[in-house]
Amino acid sequence: MSKGKFKNSKFVEKYSIFIVLLAMFILCAVMNENFLSVNNLTNVARQLSVGTIIAYGEMLLVIAGLIDLSVGSVLALSGVLSIACYQSTGSLVLALVLAVVIGVLCNLVNAVLVTHFDVPAFIATLAMQTMARGAALLYTKGQNLLQLKDFTIFGQGSVGPIPMPIIFMVVITIITWYIMNHTRYGRSLYAIGGNEGAAIASGINVKKNKYITYIINGVFAGIAGVLFMSRVNAGLPNGAVGYEMEGLTATIVGGTSFSGGVGTTMGTLAGAFIIGFLNNIMNLTGVDSYVQQIVKGAIIAFAVVLDIRSKNKKTRKVILVADDTKKEEAK
Amino acid sequence: MRVSGINKSFPGVKALDNIDFAVRKGTVHALCGENGAGKSTLMKIINGLYKPDSGQIFIDEKPVEIKNPIQAQSYGIAMIAQELNYVPEMSIEENLFLGRLPVNKLGKIDWKKVRKETVKFLEQEKLPYDPEQKLKTLTVSDIQMLEIIKAISNNADIVIMDEPTSAITNREVEVLFEKIAELKSRGVSIIYISHKMEEVFRIADDITVLRDGTVVETHPASDIDLDTVIALMVGRKMENVYPKEEVPVGDPILEIKDLESRGVFKDINFYAKKGEIVGFAGLMGAGRTETMRAIFGLDPYDGGEIKVHGKPVHIKKVRDSINNKVVMLSEDRRRYGIVPIRSVMENASISSLDKFIYGGRSHPREEKKLVGEYFDKMNVKTPSLETAIQALSGGNQQKVLLAKWMLRDPDVLILDEPTRGIDVGAKFEIYRLMTELVKEGKTVIMVSSELPELIGMCDRIYVMNKGMITGCLNRDEFSQETIMRFATGTEKAEV
Repeated sequence: MSKGKFKNSKFVEKYSIFIVLLAMFILCAVMNENFLSVNNLTNVARQLSVGTIIAYGEMLLVIAGLIDLSVGSVLALSGVLSIACYQSTGSLVLALVLAVVIGVLCNLVNAVLVTHFDVPAFIATLAMQTMARGAALLYTKGQNLLQLKDFTIFGQGSVGPIPMPIIFMVVITIITWYIMNHTRYGRSLYAIGGNEGAAIASGINVKKNKYITYIINGVFAGIAGVLFMSRVNAGLPNGAVGYEMEGLTATIVGGTSFSGGVGTTMGTLAGAFIIGFLNNIMNLTGVDSYVQQIVKGAIIAFAVVLDIRSKNKKTRKVILVADDTKKEEAK
Repeated sequence: MRVSGINKSFPGVKALDNIDFAVRKGTVHALCGENGAGKSTLMKIINGLYKPDSGQIFIDEKPVEIKNPIQAQSYGIAMIAQELNYVPEMSIEENLFLGRLPVNKLGKIDWKKVRKETVKFLEQEKLPYDPEQKLKTLTVSDIQMLEIIKAISNNADIVIMDEPTSAITNREVEVLFEKIAELKSRGVSIIYISHKMEEVFRIADDITVLRDGTVVETHPASDIDLDTVIALMVGRKMENVYPKEEVPVGDPILEIKDLESRGVFKDINFYAKKGEIVGFAGLMGAGRTETMRAIFGLDPYDGGEIKVHGKPVHIKKVRDSINNKVVMLSEDRRRYGIVPIRSVMENASISSLDKFIYGGRSHPREEKKLVGEYFDKMNVKTPSLETAIQALSGGNQQKVLLAKWMLRDPDVLILDEPTRGIDVGAKFEIYRLMTELVKEGKTVIMVSSELPELIGMCDRIYVMNKGMITGCLNRDEFSQETIMRFATGTEKAEV
């Protein structure tokens, strides 16, 4: 009997975030009849697509013990340059490629500062935040870029009934999941964030992997920039301020440990949806927008407390281990 | 001090079962037992960190209740923990008075008094330090000495020392033992916890053996011998502490020529043959770990040559070394060994991901199977493959890390202090594994500060002093005295 109980608690522990998500979904559905409409749910997914893509980049970094505070600014820079590129060349493909290139370049600078000059990631990316924002404002002379024409297809178009941003989000989710579960790089990230010294002594190329992480983050930031600007129908050099926090919030609520070494793609997705549902239900029920902020903050604190508590439970010393449990596992 | 009928349970585990234990005034009472036997739990109860489920503590035959370490202090009990608690960025005087800085009536810290007392203590103990010096600049043993000073400065009558020698050199151990003798003569009682049996027999007046949360036996140290204590600890008669077997020796696998790292080590020349267990002895700071780290690619080296299977190789990073089938188990398990929060399986497979992730996808079933096989072979005790490695005992962590390297099927295993901080049973298993490995035709290099295990297990021992190899001994020349002469630099041989 006690064994069954043990297994159950392990199940709950492993999937707690999805249980919270499901509970939230049901609660929202009960609270407001409009919540379950296809229109509303599509809307929720579309709204959180940019934040989720950013969250994946942050997740990879936080798992590896890094962070990116520059993503909002980099997103703005790659967004406005992408629009400018489209306006002068008329090529959507070229515009998207340029956005990605800008995102990657900015993050290469982050990576160089972090891996070669040992600047703490927090500080290095904080510097990039200011630089990228400045560059975006410099290029646009502080003016918003208008007349996006077909560029809006990224954020507002759809394939059949499915909006483009959602397609991007799904594809990036699959890519991230694949990276984390089916590549050596993904597995190495956990070791790097969990104990860098041990990772080095195990033969993992820590520097290379940190570069890869920032590059992937740059790709995601570039794509997010295009989606963001396209959705709001303008190139806003002052847009997406503080978006790094959106991404970090989603991934932390989704169970990524801020001290590194822990986090999953599906957890981050669930975290993004929990926040998305929360925003949506508060809007639908007409909660004051200032109150919304307070509630959101409280939820974040609550999620992290839960996470820490479950972790403390997990790290309790195993003093006595019966031999048969190990053999059972082997079977 | 005396405790009687102490019981303590943790969820699912009976940690202490009806413990009776007494310490005589002015004696050293050694507490022996494997990890998990309940030594630490008992000490934490005496120090007020845990509350016993039942039982009573007596001091001078008066029943007392100890609710927290501060109260324990007021009863004259001081504990020097295995992991020293200090703030590296703080000065000596701040650390010495941490948590009990003297204040005047307005709550202002009386720094003058702090300084005066600190200087007095430092002079008394002949420690050549400035009270303002930060603790991070001190050696581990001096920090330990400060901890002891701190304990005594509280006028402790009972000092608990948990593995006090696990991080200090032999010479520093002598200083510690002198201190202990001095404390004894002042009438202070000492509870001494150690895995190092030689030390226990040197200084203990009484020995109590704990096993699985019960007191097995208590004896005056003079009435009992080493083998009996070990047998009592593990609950069976240990046939031979060092399961050394004669193994045919083959060609040299690893050859090091004139290896040098400026300012760290130089003129390092040695070889290790197939089937050999080669030891590296020396005092702490002799450059043994640094040499091995360079061979393994963790640190750069400036000159010299490394040959594996007779072929010169250039080791720039750990991967190069692994690809040449040379692996190393670090002395610092926490820093360079385990990834604490990840599972035992991940910790074991981290260096062999190419075996489990190929063809564009991962193969978790193969991973589970192979890791499971090696865990069985190594006798790793873990509740499941998903258990976080930090939840395991030191010995089991070490076995997981050994399994990690065994997965790479290495030719040379460098084991740096492989038995540090693990219990007797696990030590024996590590020795047994070493024997297995050389029987399979592998080469083992063992760096150790425990001479008995080097003498017990090795075929040859190199001795290092101040970054150089000062001697090489064959098995028939082994003796602690000879090794120490080379290690201290009083004797030097051409190697």
